[in-house]
Order: sequence, then structure tokens, then C-alpha cells
Amino acid sequence: MNREEVIQAVKDIITTIAPDEELDTLNSAERLRDQIELDSMDFLDIVMELRKRYGVQVPEEDYKKLASLDSCADYLGPKMADIELKAGV
Amino acid sequence: MSDLARIVITGVGLTSPNGNDLKEFRANLLAGVSGVEDYHIRHVGDTVAGVCHFETTRYQNRREVRRGTRAGSISVYCAHESLLDAGLQLADLDKSRVGTYVGITEHGNVETESEVHEVSGYRFDLSFWSHHHNPRTVANNPAGEVTLNLGLTGPAYCLGGACAAGNLGLIQGAQMLQLGEVDVALAGGVSESIHTFGIFASFASQGALASHSDPTKASRPFDKARNGIVVSEGGCLFTLERRDDALARGARIYAELIGHAVNSDASDFVLPNPERQAECMRLALGRAKLRPEDIDIVNMHATSTELGDLQESEAVRAVFGAAPGVHVNNTKSFIGHTMGAAGALELAGNLGSFNDGIVHATINVDELDPGCALPGLVLGTPLQTEGIDTILNLSFGMLGINSAIIVRRPS
Repeated sequence: MNREEVIQAVKDIITTIAPDEELDTLNSAERLRDQIELDSMDFLDIVMELRKRYGVQVPEEDYKKLASLDSCADYLGPKMADIELKAGV
Repeated sequence: MSDLARIVITGVGLTSPNGNDLKEFRANLLAGVSGVEDYHIRHVGDTVAGVCHFETTRYQNRREVRRGTRAGSISVYCAHESLLDAGLQLADLDKSRVGTYVGITEHGNVETESEVHEVSGYRFDLSFWSHHHNPRTVANNPAGEVTLNLGLTGPAYCLGGACAAGNLGLIQGAQMLQLGEVDVALAGGVSESIHTFGIFASFASQGALASHSDPTKASRPFDKARNGIVVSEGGCLFTLERRDDALARGARIYAELIGHAVNSDASDFVLPNPERQAECMRLALGRAKLRPEDIDIVNMHATSTELGDLQESEAVRAVFGAAPGVHVNNTKSFIGHTMGAAGALELAGNLGSFNDGIVHATINVDELDPGCALPGLVLGTPLQTEGIDTILNLSFGMLGINSAIIVRRPS
């Protein structure tokens, strides 16, 4: 997965968790929680879905690295480099 | 000074397998329309069930639906519909004075089964177990979801009462109004039970799960060929108010609650006890200061099991046998057994009788079981009467819980 695909993977997961939100206009540098309604339970859902869909483990001390789409790509990129993006949501 | 004791129903919000509001529900009960359909659930396979088809996103966004439970969604839908029906605007209400009392047969089985199923796909590695499990399975979940969605800050909790729970919710709401603890009560019951395979499997193991080639004929209380319960989902929350408050705001009043009773068999986990059931009816009659012949409709709990229908018929015969003018009907023949919602839904389905004087029938009785041949049984087609003034609604549940509610036409 390249950087764009990692971002797509995260957005696919957020689409499932927050289906009422418009994600096309997200600014990748800004904190997700400042742009869409996501609470701590939702972040745990993102972590869970990364684990279920891609086998990626995100330890609790790293949760803050999922704050924005850019920081997700920075943090998850190396972990997901050898994993294929799963189609759709 | 307000008359705390007199409690009335001013709103009805419901979803049933054959209707998503009172008007549609009543019309289908009078037209003989069943809400039971073919159904498939994992591990059990093909069976029949009563499925609700209400619009889940009418009052919740998709995120809320996903976050919560089916019982929560049903409760939220019923609560909104009930307040709207009562002509009460959320903005005008003191939200700290609205109580929410939701009867449940069970809660948490659906989510627990789903999580176990999910984690089984990960070899029971519990790092895949959802953090949503606890908030979804706590016993106050359905009532709590109502408060979250509507911003209600008054008391809100669930009452576990097996299949008598819908009546328990109603009784609890009335009592809290009588105590002056709240000014408006959303009270009744809900069920999400069709989403747990365990309830189907357990009834099947007990020899009490209905089956029929035509799903609309599977729920057939009092018929000789009945072979068990049709599991259904549903919900009904009444808006209850003190009569004086309702009159003061010019509210439409559906009915006044004039008597209720709850007692226990203390005899068996699952088998009913006609003696205690009859005692429960007499207790409710006594509190309403009525004689058996003063009741116009007895809505029976009968679930279409071999023994249960016989024993309840015996109990009703013991109390009403000398009152042949009493009409008897059953709502489960249309919608199956909506579990925690049953008491409230079945009462709701009969409220229209106060206006139209019609007693809805019991359908699917092709050959009446002689043991269930009560004199006033309304079979097949609705009965037009000269007027209905009182209804007694029965709901019983496992572990021997019995409940009876009596309502009368508003004066």
C-alpha cells in the first residue's frame, strides 16, 4: 500500500464508523476530530478495524498518531507497506 | 390539587410486524393481516418470525443506529412517535420530569451472540472483542438510548419481566406519575429477540417453536394444530400523564388506567399456573372495583403453545366463566410473540375499540381446541359491539410472572 492507499484504507474504515459524515472534503493535515464527529469510542473502532481488516496492531500509546489522515499515513505507512488495500468499505 | 391517582394514556408510539403506527396496526388487526414472515437466522436456519419494518433513520442518524442496539432503535422510534402522537413538543417539556420505563424480556443476548460469533473468526483472541459490548448489553440500554437521543434527563431504566414486561413498563410509569416523581412517562416494552438465535433454539429444544408452511398461519393460539411460539420483535411506548394534567392541556385521551396487578406462580421455571393467573386477574379487578361481567374485552396472552393456551383458558374460564358477555381475543395470532413488547402492543391494538366498538378477532383458528373454547372468543372476523368501555390485558412470563392491566374508555 502506498501513502494514498493507506489514507484510502483509513477513510474506508471511517466511512463504516461514521456513515453520516462527508469525507471527500477532509483536509489531510487537520485533526480528524476537528472536522468530523468522532469520539473516543469511534477511535477505538478505527483501531479495531485496522486490526481486523489488515492485521495492524496499534498500541494505546500510539493512538495519538492517528489524529489526522497525514499522521495516519506517516504512522501506518511502514506497517502497511506490504499489505494490499481491500476494496470498498 | 392534582389528582395523582388517575393516570391516562395520551400517546402511542409503536412498531409491530404488521404496522408502524397505531392507525396502521389497528387497521391490519381489523383486516386480518398477519405480520409474520419467513425468516433466516444463523445456526437455526429457516424459520418464521415477526419482523418490524419501521424507518430506522427517521429519528436516529446512521451512526447512532450503528453505535446502539436494535432494542435501542426500536425504543427511540417508539418514544418519538409517542410524544408526537400525544401532541407534546420536546422543546416545551421539562426534560428532567420525563421518565422512561421500558419493559424487556431479555437484553444483551443479541450483542453477546454477535460478538462471540465475530471473535470465533479470530480464534477467540479477545483483542478482537468489541469495546461496544458493555454499553450495548447493560440492562438499561434501550431506555438509555432514548435519553441520549431525546436529551431526556429524568429517570430511565428497563424492567426485566420476561414476557410480562410490556405491562410492567406501563405499571411502573403509572406509579412514578402517581408518586409525583415525573410529569410525563414513556412507558411500555420492546423486543429485539428475533436477532438472537438462542431464543429460537431454546424454544425448539423445548418443543415450543412454531412452524408452518405458510408463515402467516404459524401463530395460531387456540387452534388444535398449534405447535408453538412465533418469535417477533416490536415495541410500544405509551405517553402517560396524570389525568388532570392531560385535561388541563386539552390532550386527547385514549384510555384511563384503572387497575393492575402483578403476582408470581412460585411453581415452575416455564409452566404456567392457572390458579395464580386467575388470582392476578381478580386482584386487578378488585383494584379497579369491577366485577368480571364489567369487563368488555379480555385480551389473552396465549402464545400458541399446547399447554400454555389450555392453562390460560382454564384461568380465564375460572374468572369469567359466569360472565358470558365478555369478549375474548388474542393479538399474537397476527404478530407472533413480541416478547417484552407484547403487553403494551397488544393493549395498544385494542384501544381503538373505545372509538369504533369493534373487537378485533383472533385469526388462524381453523379448528378450535375444545379446551380453549371460551364463550366470548372472537374468531376469524372482528365483532361489532354496541360499545366497549373496559379492556383487561393479560401478559405472563417465564419464572411464573403474571400481569393484568385494566383500562377504561375515557370519561
